[in-house]
Amino acid sequence: MKDDLILRVVSKLTMPFMLLFALYVQFHGDFGPGGGFQAGVIAAAAIVFYGITFGLAAAQRLVPEIVVERLLAAGVLLYAGVGLAGILLGGNYLDYFVLGADTVAGQHRGIFWVEAGVGLTVAGVMLKLFYMFASRGRDAGDA
Amino acid sequence: MLEHLAALIVVVPLVAAPLIVLVRSRRFAWIATTAASYLSLLFSVQLFWRVATLGPVSYAIGSWAPPWGIEYRVDALSSFVLVAVSLTASFVAPYAQRSIAREVARDRQYLMYAMYCLCLSGLLGIAITGDAFNLFVFLEISSLASYVLVALGPRRQSLMAAYQYMLMGTVGATFYVIGVGLLYLMTGTLNLADMAQRLPGVPDVRPVLVALAFITVGIGLKLALFPLHQWLPNAYAYAPSMATAFLAATATKVSVYVLLRFYFGVFDPARLFEHLPTREVFVALSLAAMVAASLVAVFEQDVKRLFAYSSVAQIGYITLGIGVDNQASLTGSIVHLLNHGVTKGAIFLLLGGVALRAGAAAVRLETLAGLGRRMPLTALGLALAGLSLVGVPGTAGFITKWYLVVGALERGWWWVVAAILASSLIALAYVWRVLEAAYLRPPAASAARGEAPAPMLAAGMAMTALCVYFGFETSFSAGGAADAAALLLRGLR
Repeated sequence: MKDDLILRVVSKLTMPFMLLFALYVQFHGDFGPGGGFQAGVIAAAAIVFYGITFGLAAAQRLVPEIVVERLLAAGVLLYAGVGLAGILLGGNYLDYFVLGADTVAGQHRGIFWVEAGVGLTVAGVMLKLFYMFASRGRDAGDA
Repeated sequence: MLEHLAALIVVVPLVAAPLIVLVRSRRFAWIATTAASYLSLLFSVQLFWRVATLGPVSYAIGSWAPPWGIEYRVDALSSFVLVAVSLTASFVAPYAQRSIAREVARDRQYLMYAMYCLCLSGLLGIAITGDAFNLFVFLEISSLASYVLVALGPRRQSLMAAYQYMLMGTVGATFYVIGVGLLYLMTGTLNLADMAQRLPGVPDVRPVLVALAFITVGIGLKLALFPLHQWLPNAYAYAPSMATAFLAATATKVSVYVLLRFYFGVFDPARLFEHLPTREVFVALSLAAMVAASLVAVFEQDVKRLFAYSSVAQIGYITLGIGVDNQASLTGSIVHLLNHGVTKGAIFLLLGGVALRAGAAAVRLETLAGLGRRMPLTALGLALAGLSLVGVPGTAGFITKWYLVVGALERGWWWVVAAILASSLIALAYVWRVLEAAYLRPPAASAARGEAPAPMLAAGMAMTALCVYFGFETSFSAGGAADAAALLLRGLR
């Protein structure tokens, strides 16, 4: 669909806003609806939109497959790391109370990083699924 | 660090999986997998010892006190299952390197290790958690990982087998979560111990009965309770060797643990066994599994499928113990989680070596011809583990059958004893077919000679040695199981 002028312009115009909205949903998840899962899906949707417009190869140049795989592993590791940080700071596993100066700040910090991990993993998984389905039945070279 | 063991035993393999994907090196993947497996064994032995000396361990995840937060709870039963699972893992992990290198495409090998770590983490999590929904999450983690493990198999049918396994497994998990949902609706809690306390006060028992039905069928699918076992033979036959050995030794056993936990720890066992036909249903299905699945195994040509059907029959022994429902029979059930695990683990590990030397993905009875001369140690291992399946004295299988027979006699059920003997004779028939091929048939002229690579052979033989060891020295196996059975009958409630 990269020959369609309207699509090309619109997708390039909207992509930054989609990514920004993903960040908003991610970081405002503490106070309103949202959180890592939704943010991850929105961020991945921006890339998927780009991929549909400009082709799979372009999307994979933008976010290579190896980055996607690392992203989804790093998210899980970040989540588990927050849990281990709780142990290292003298609490139980996934203990947010000990992560900050007082318990409320600790809870904020804990959920912030856990949700960041969820966001990374969900974005990675969504993109991985898109790449796998989009590249089915194609040879390695063409796109 | 000691007080965090309950969390770390799950977290270590859980962290190993993404690390393996990040580093993406086959060598690192194997080292991380082995390290995680040995650490989980170390942790579970420590937990077992702690529970035996100091009593149950309770761990509040995130420092949210139970019943509000997620509680990890280790008692005599769960620590026994933890040891059984991680013991198998510690044999499978060193075996994996050569086996995976041969059976899985190069660019997917690291994924195989990552999936194995996730599966291990999920299985340990199921055994350790005291929260009904957290249990569902771990059930899904281990099941999803095991579908992938099966799908990565070397044969074309692997994908289809994984798909079949996934469909049945998903139905099972959904039924389980529907059951838990109903229980949550009626009690307002997800903590298993808290749920057990509140259930007697629930005025309307019908939703509880429906929950019982959903959980029984759902977990019945997961543990391959006859006739819900249809996914098992293909999944075991077409999975890579190390996955077959690991899943056969652990996955269905952990599901049995879930059933025990719900029957004796949440629902009222007195009501369950006296007012509902639980006993009749379990005894009938178990006897059917022991006889029918064994008969199918007698006529099977594919050796991995043969032993897969044998697994269905052996699960029949485990559920029979639940149906008979007394101290001796439950001890038999619980000890068989371990005994059958090491027996089947040994058999599938050794068969993996046979497949590797034969250069074929499928091991048929003809493939085994002359194995006694070509691979004498492997053949000896298969013979010993086979005898353990039959239940010959001096092997682990005998200990199980002894307790089951004692349990049945206490109830005065002679016909159950007769069925156990009959099923053992059928087991002798299918094990004999394997041994006949291995020792009495001449090897094919083209067949390769020589044992499997040393690490694979060593893992298989070590597990075989355990089959014999647990046939003589039962202070851990039967002793631990007896403690767990006493705990169940006293009421986990």
